[in-house]
Amino acid sequence: MMEELAALREQAEAELRKAGTEEDLLNVRTRYLGRKGLLTGLLRNISNVAPDERPEFGKRCNEVKEDLSARIDQLLAGMAASKRNEGFLRERIDVTLPGRGVRHGILHPVTQVREEICRIFAALGFSVVEGPEVELDYYNFEALNIPKDHPARDMQDTFYIEDNIVLRTHTSPVQVRIMEKTKPPVRVLSPGRVYRRDSDISHTPMFHQIEGLLVDRGVTFGDLKGTLTVFLKQVFGEETALRFRPSFFPFTEPSAEVDIRCVICNGRGCRVCGQSGWLEILGSGMVDPEVFKNVGYDPEEFTGFAFGLGLERIAMLKFGISDIRLFFENDMRFLDQF
Amino acid sequence: MLVSLKWLRDYVDVDVPPAELVERLTMAGLEVDSLNETEPAFRGVRVARIVSLSPHPHADHLSLCEVTTGESTYPVVCGAGNIRVADTVPLAPVGATLPGDLVIRSSRIRGEVSEGMLCSEEELGIGADASGIMILPSDLPLGAELGAVLNLRDAVLDIGVTPNRADCLSIIGVAREWAAIAGKKLRYPATDVVENDEDIQRITSVSILDSDLCPRYTARIIKNARIGPSPLWIRQRLAAVGLRPINNIVDVTNFVMMELGQPLHAFDFRFLEEGRIVVRRSRAGERFTSLDGKERILRDGTLMICDGVKPVAVGGVMGGLNSEIQPDTEAILLESAYFNPSSIRKTSRELAMGTDAAFRFERGIDPEGVIRALNRAARLIAEVSGGTVCKGVIDQYPRKIETAKRIPLRIQRVNDILGIAIPAEEIVRILENLEMTVDPAGEGRIEVTPPTCRVDISREIDLIEEVIRLYGYDRVPATLPGVSVIAGISDGKRSVEGRLREIMTGAGYTEVINYSFISPNAADQLGLEETDERRSHVRIRNPLTEEQAVLRTTMTYSLLLNAKRNADSGRFDLKIFELGKTFIRRGEGELPLERNRMSCLITGLRYEDRWHSRNLRSDFYDLKGCIENVLNVLRIPMLSFRTGTDEAILHPGKSCGVFSGEERIGFLGEIHPDLLIRLDLTGPILVGELDLDFLAAHFTTKAPFRSIPRFPSSSRDVAFLVRREVEAQVVLGLAEDSHEELLEKVQIFDVYEGTSLPAGMKSLGVRFSYRCADRTLTDDEVNEAHARIVQKIVDATGGSIR
Repeated sequence: MMEELAALREQAEAELRKAGTEEDLLNVRTRYLGRKGLLTGLLRNISNVAPDERPEFGKRCNEVKEDLSARIDQLLAGMAASKRNEGFLRERIDVTLPGRGVRHGILHPVTQVREEICRIFAALGFSVVEGPEVELDYYNFEALNIPKDHPARDMQDTFYIEDNIVLRTHTSPVQVRIMEKTKPPVRVLSPGRVYRRDSDISHTPMFHQIEGLLVDRGVTFGDLKGTLTVFLKQVFGEETALRFRPSFFPFTEPSAEVDIRCVICNGRGCRVCGQSGWLEILGSGMVDPEVFKNVGYDPEEFTGFAFGLGLERIAMLKFGISDIRLFFENDMRFLDQF
Repeated sequence: MLVSLKWLRDYVDVDVPPAELVERLTMAGLEVDSLNETEPAFRGVRVARIVSLSPHPHADHLSLCEVTTGESTYPVVCGAGNIRVADTVPLAPVGATLPGDLVIRSSRIRGEVSEGMLCSEEELGIGADASGIMILPSDLPLGAELGAVLNLRDAVLDIGVTPNRADCLSIIGVAREWAAIAGKKLRYPATDVVENDEDIQRITSVSILDSDLCPRYTARIIKNARIGPSPLWIRQRLAAVGLRPINNIVDVTNFVMMELGQPLHAFDFRFLEEGRIVVRRSRAGERFTSLDGKERILRDGTLMICDGVKPVAVGGVMGGLNSEIQPDTEAILLESAYFNPSSIRKTSRELAMGTDAAFRFERGIDPEGVIRALNRAARLIAEVSGGTVCKGVIDQYPRKIETAKRIPLRIQRVNDILGIAIPAEEIVRILENLEMTVDPAGEGRIEVTPPTCRVDISREIDLIEEVIRLYGYDRVPATLPGVSVIAGISDGKRSVEGRLREIMTGAGYTEVINYSFISPNAADQLGLEETDERRSHVRIRNPLTEEQAVLRTTMTYSLLLNAKRNADSGRFDLKIFELGKTFIRRGEGELPLERNRMSCLITGLRYEDRWHSRNLRSDFYDLKGCIENVLNVLRIPMLSFRTGTDEAILHPGKSCGVFSGEERIGFLGEIHPDLLIRLDLTGPILVGELDLDFLAAHFTTKAPFRSIPRFPSSSRDVAFLVRREVEAQVVLGLAEDSHEELLEKVQIFDVYEGTSLPAGMKSLGVRFSYRCADRTLTDDEVNEAHARIVQKIVDATGGSIR
């Protein structure tokens, strides 16, 4: 009888292995475990077993029954799960289609550069201030030590509104307005639109500058160098070589033009840097005592430095743009790239 | 300014390569924009002598020459008529190359062998003279390479001289700088003059009537001059610095201007009526023809150089045609003067005559260099024209021109400003190298007198700059300024702009930046009312083009042009915004009203990818949603959107004003269809503008926190049937104004207009939510409040419940 039980088990398991459908499984269950099933039948014939072996035989029969039953349940559950899964797969979508929703808009490259510069100087304690774009001659020129008929006005191709009203040619008048209103110490940054009568591949009649001003007791030319070095290395990278060279601005003295090693040719000389290996990046200098006198600061007590730079120029170098006019054409094929 | 290295070396030793010269001048403040090294454009041309000369047997205009380079003799056929036996000439033998890569070959000309070519200046590319063979100085070594013996190799520096450095608008000025930088000695050119016995005082006179404009006028007379071309060395130097040679007299005046920085003028003395010079202001209506051939009618007050009768030059700017040097000129009055810089500047602007002379006078020449230049030029004119210089100089100097003297300098101050410790001796050495006189003036002080050519130096700070300029900016250690406690300036506008940029880009809008100027026609194109303040344009007096002649009073116009531009390039879907200013004119002499605005425009498809929402186009509510977002994030109080704002540029039925309380803070809507036609645009296009100044003044970041409700809300949906023109806000407003305490929120959940409704009616589905903070509401409570509100709405709108 024990042998029969073993054979029956083998047979049942073989059938289970073959069973491909839910129905097959249910049939196996009925055939072996049903009320008239083979295993049930075997158990019913327990009387044919020697009495001392009956308990052992009964136990083994039940074990086989439970095993089979569990196997069938497991197989049924697995079959149900894969059937559900097949259903899910039939719902499959094309994940390669583009997502829905608005594409993020893009900040103008000039804004991106301006904000980066403002962040760097904010960390150095500079606050942002602004001034009018239509400006009095006094603030744009006179107070900055550029009297009428001064040759320095040659550098300024000015749009005039009235005899004494101009479109500001630089952001420097904001220096004067701020100093008129505040006592030192002063640390301000002033970004904005400026205007010059000029239009070609490297000039537009409107462009953007950022002006910086720091006034305090004991500010030195070395501080100017240090501050601008920190700034330019953050913008162009820590390895960027810089040089400060003498220049002239009517409202600073000593004045310095700051060059960086050409980012295009790395100093070997190219068209962008006019073969010099250097790129002019900003103008700066120690605030001229005349300017301090104009705003009522005592130049013996306070010193300071100021600097100004063109945002488009920085953006052109950072992004490799060769024509400044692109900034104001607002062609999406341009703007989309930033 | 162009500086020839060869010329520069006449006055100072330059023993470094040109590239190093460029670097060191630049780092001392004379920025060299470019370096152009020039070489002769010929190769293999040699110094030769004509041994014999005979006519060509078969050609009238040719001759057969035998020329020698010392080593060999060459037969050459030549067509020029200016050569004589024993002349020293340039020979291009077979194998030599002339400009244009012309290689000389052996040839037979009308049967005669020619083994080379004798060359003119022009053929060698040295000068413009093509009239005959170039005759060389006889002392040149025979057979020598011509390029080497004539020293034709040069380097030309283009220096961007800053406006303060008038002293560097001359070769000697640059030489002076180099001498100071490199510690070299400066060599001044010879200025001693051999004079004849004829006293200038008996020949002519100078009277200055307007000494405010001309404080100094000096003159010399040269007689028996012969006019002709200048010698090669002058012509070459002039050409190197970009000046065209004219004749020996004019060339000398130009040469000395470039050499010393003093502009000069030479008059043909024959044409000076009464034989004298009068310096005076012009009288209105006087006529004068300048050297450029243009006749000018003068206003009164322009400084003129006149003879006894008429103007002969615009003082310091340009000479006159009536007294120009002629081929037969013999007697010359040479002028060297000092003119008031701002007067020259004004005149040269007014007459649009930006001459080299005016450029130097308006920056300020050396007032004490006037005589030196006069003598230098007289000497050279005598040398190159064979003339004789009459005895004496006229020096009318009625008004002393002040130059800086004894400027006090504190050694400590130098180092305080620079943040460095330069020893006193070093400071003194630098200043003395710059030809300044330094006197001790007590403990830690010196007194400095700059040379008279340094008109830019008058203050202590000017001296400090000189010291550091030559000491080297690169030697100043970089430091960071000490920390002072400064109250940061909080700027509402900047915060608002930052938030706006985040919100707008997040909503898919790309930032544009437009010029602040637009066409004056914009107001008409936009169809603005005659009384619209946006017609109060600020006009630019000197615009670049009429399209950019006024400052914009509305940003929308610029954005419409952007839409047009992009549509023209095939881009019809657009979401853009700009932050900027508009300008409204105020009174004469007053600055205009500058307003900060945010403007946005949207047109075309709502989504870039259209596969999921085919042709879903942006409409009014897309833009409104965005603007609501902006205003809600900034917590602008008491918002409302109202129709009937009479915005001329907008569609009357699809537009509204944006209000905070009773303040109109912006508008939005579809562009008026008529305007689309005028601008040749395809719509619909939606635009909005917001008053950024208002937003900056009224935004808040304070969030009023309330606890999260612990009890459930209960809602009721109602569909109201109302007349079509009843706006949703009326219904919402009635509910909100009902002051029912339990009402928490009212929302429109459905709007329906259609054929199933009576004509002229629409259905508004409204959801009312009720809640009490401290307990769960009963149905009865909710129903009671709800019924009151609904009734109120029905009564007020004359509508019904569907």
